[in-house]
Formats: sequence, C-alpha cells, structure tokens
Amino acid sequence: MTPPLADPKAARRQRVAQRIARELPENGLANLGIGLPTLVADYLPSGKNILLHSENGFTGLGGAAQPGAEDCGIVNAGGRPVTIMPGGCFFDSAMSFAIIRGGHLDVTVLGALEVDEEGNIANYAIPGKFVPGMGGAMDLVVGAKKVIIAMEHTSKNGEPKILKRCTLPLTARREADLIVTELAVIRVTPSGLALEEVAEDSSVEEVIQATGARLAIPSNVGRF
Amino acid sequence: MKKIVSADEAVSGIRDGASIMLGGFMCCGQPFGLVDAILRKGVKNLTLIVNDTGSPGLGVAKLVEQRRVAHVITSHIGLNPEAGKQMNAGTMKVELVPQGTLAERIRSAGAGLGAVVTPTGLGTEVEKGKQKILIDGREYLVELPLRAEFAFVTADIADKYGNGFVAKSRKNFNIVMAMAAQETILEADKLVETGELDPDRINLPGVFVHTIVEAGK
Repeated sequence: MTPPLADPKAARRQRVAQRIARELPENGLANLGIGLPTLVADYLPSGKNILLHSENGFTGLGGAAQPGAEDCGIVNAGGRPVTIMPGGCFFDSAMSFAIIRGGHLDVTVLGALEVDEEGNIANYAIPGKFVPGMGGAMDLVVGAKKVIIAMEHTSKNGEPKILKRCTLPLTARREADLIVTELAVIRVTPSGLALEEVAEDSSVEEVIQATGARLAIPSNVGRF
Repeated sequence: MKKIVSADEAVSGIRDGASIMLGGFMCCGQPFGLVDAILRKGVKNLTLIVNDTGSPGLGVAKLVEQRRVAHVITSHIGLNPEAGKQMNAGTMKVELVPQGTLAERIRSAGAGLGAVVTPTGLGTEVEKGKQKILIDGREYLVELPLRAEFAFVTADIADKYGNGFVAKSRKNFNIVMAMAAQETILEADKLVETGELDPDRINLPGVFVHTIVEAGK
C-alpha cells in the first residue's frame, strides 16, 4: 500500500486510482483516459499482467519517457512522450478503434462531468463554456466490455455529479458499469445505482448527501 | 514515378476555401513542412479534417492561430484554447466527430464504401440528422464517407513511387487520409530510390500518393 499523499486533492485522486487498479483483469487490455484515470497505472499490483491501450495507436503503453530519452514518435493520447512495453505494438487509427469498438478492449477508465442512474455518461462538453470534444471517448464507452468512471464525487462547488438524469450532452447512453470516487464505489445495475463500498474515512450518510441520485444501500456495504 | 517537388511547389495549386485532410495526433506524425508551406502561401477559409487542433504554436494549431481555417472537422479541440475561442466567437465552425467514426468515415471514402454503420454516438448529439438502422436487432448510426481535395500525410521514409513506412505512433490518421483525397501529398522525412525499401515493411502504399516532398527540401 502506497502511503497517502499530504495534499488532500492528490490524496483523493490516489485513493480512486488505487481502488480502480484492483478492477483491471489479469491478462486484460485496458484504456486509461488522460488525467485521473492515467494514475491507475501507478497502482497496478506488481506482477499483474495488464496491457494498456493508447488510442492514438499502440498497445503496451508504458510510463512517461525519461528526460533526454523522449521519442517524438511515441506519445500518449495527450501528446506527451511515453514508452512502449514489451508485448506492445503500433497500429494506425482505424485499427486502434477497431480494437476499441470491436469488443477487444476489456476495460476503459475515464473521467466524467456527470453520470446518472441509467448509466448515462456526460464527459465532453459544457455548452457555451467548455467544449473540448469527445476525442475517442464515445467509441471507448460503447466498445469496451467494462466502463469504469473515475472522478471526484462532487464538482468544485460541491454539487453532485452523480445525478438522476444527466443535464449535459451525453457521451453515451447506458454504458457506465462502475463509478469510483474518493467516497464510494457505486455499481450501475438495471434497476439503478447500488452502493458497494464506502471509503474508510467516509460514511454511508456522507455518500447519500453528496449524491444526486437514488442509491440502493445493501446491508453489507464494504470499505475501501 | 511521382511528382517530387518542394513543399511550396506541392501546395501551389491550393486555393482559398480548399478542403485538406491533415495527418497527425497532437502533432505527432504531422507533416509540418506542408503546414508551413500553406501558411506561406497565405490561403484562407480552409476546411480542415484533422484528429485534433493540437496545442499552441505547433503544426495545425498555427493554421488556427493565423485564422486560415473556416471549418474544422475534428474529434478534439480541448488542448488548443484558440480553437475554442474561435468556435465560441462563431468565426470558425467546429464539427465534432467521434475519433473512431472519423477514422472510418475517412477510410470508407478511400475504400469505396457507401457508408459506415457504427453504434458510436447513438443517443447523443452525434446522431442528430442521421439515419439509424437495425441489424440483427442492434441499432446503428449510418455515417457517411468523408473526402477532401487534398491530404497532407507523412512517412518516416518513402521511395520515389510514394511507398512509405510510417513508424511508431506517427501512423495515426496518415494511412487512412492518404486513401481519401483527390490529391495526396506525402512529406517523407527521408526519400530513397524505388526498390530500396523492403516491400513487406511498407504500410502506406504508393498507389495512394500523387506528390512527394522530402522534409526540409
């Protein structure tokens, strides 16, 4: 277990990344979005064999390139110089998205602005304010076998991001499977959202308070 | 043998309002020499088809910053604040396309297909105005081929027939875009005699290439 970080925001992100690392399947292929999801790679249990997919065109995504050893031909989806691991290979964008859409990707981990009770995801646009575009996100959530949302439980202003219905433009309909935040692990089921785990230093009450959707609370909520 | 010319000569026939596909992903594998040549030529009102608008000061971002682009068809503009500004001001039309759909729309244009049917974008703003079809009980969006007058693509090495090898993650959109334009201009980092490349290592077939530029020449 890595010791928790002093900066509260960094510590929250670390907790989310650590928890999600446990969800990635042995011998699986996973795609980690830019930002918080990228941190998941730092917490993969040693010896666990996971191949990471980089949407711009390779499998075997490794860590950041060492200063001085950058190769401008090997970058991640954010354009940063990275490395490729043994077992990886390069391909073009059509092949990359065939892998994504064709059911060959086990897990995608990505951030969201909003997620709702039906598993609808909104993560690419706040109309009139911030419209970065969907990049590969729409293909990733439709194509991956499992979609994990990695995000802070509430917005900067403390507003819930887990809602009854998304209000922002959707990235996809009914595609989220699991939501992991610094407070909780929530599963999306056909009958709505189910609270599975609560963070060590949080409580079921705090999670309910911070959530804008109905949560099914089982009698045995786990801890993480 | 193909036309082998300087970057400035290669773009000499491009007029205001032209449509151009530009290879590269966050400027990795982008033909910078051709971008600079088009900037020097001074053409404007371009329609650009490109994965993303890059980050400030580099490649495609320079075309946006110097206001040469009237319409961009792309998957992501988030790392280029100028692109967002021009979109919000209404001076540049931004058409967002999911990245995998963008690749397949371009590929289908070059591959002689009438459409691509994909589940990506269903239930989102992407489906607006598009036909939907059911195949084996599953719903798909009908996405149409995307072509352009010009494609600017890159290869690490090419021969004088236009056969190219694009290495590592520089491949991205370069291969599909080469297929989908009326005139494909290949900027090769290194140009060798026809026959010098191992035919098994070529991943950008010269049949798609009309004009060749050696980078820096």
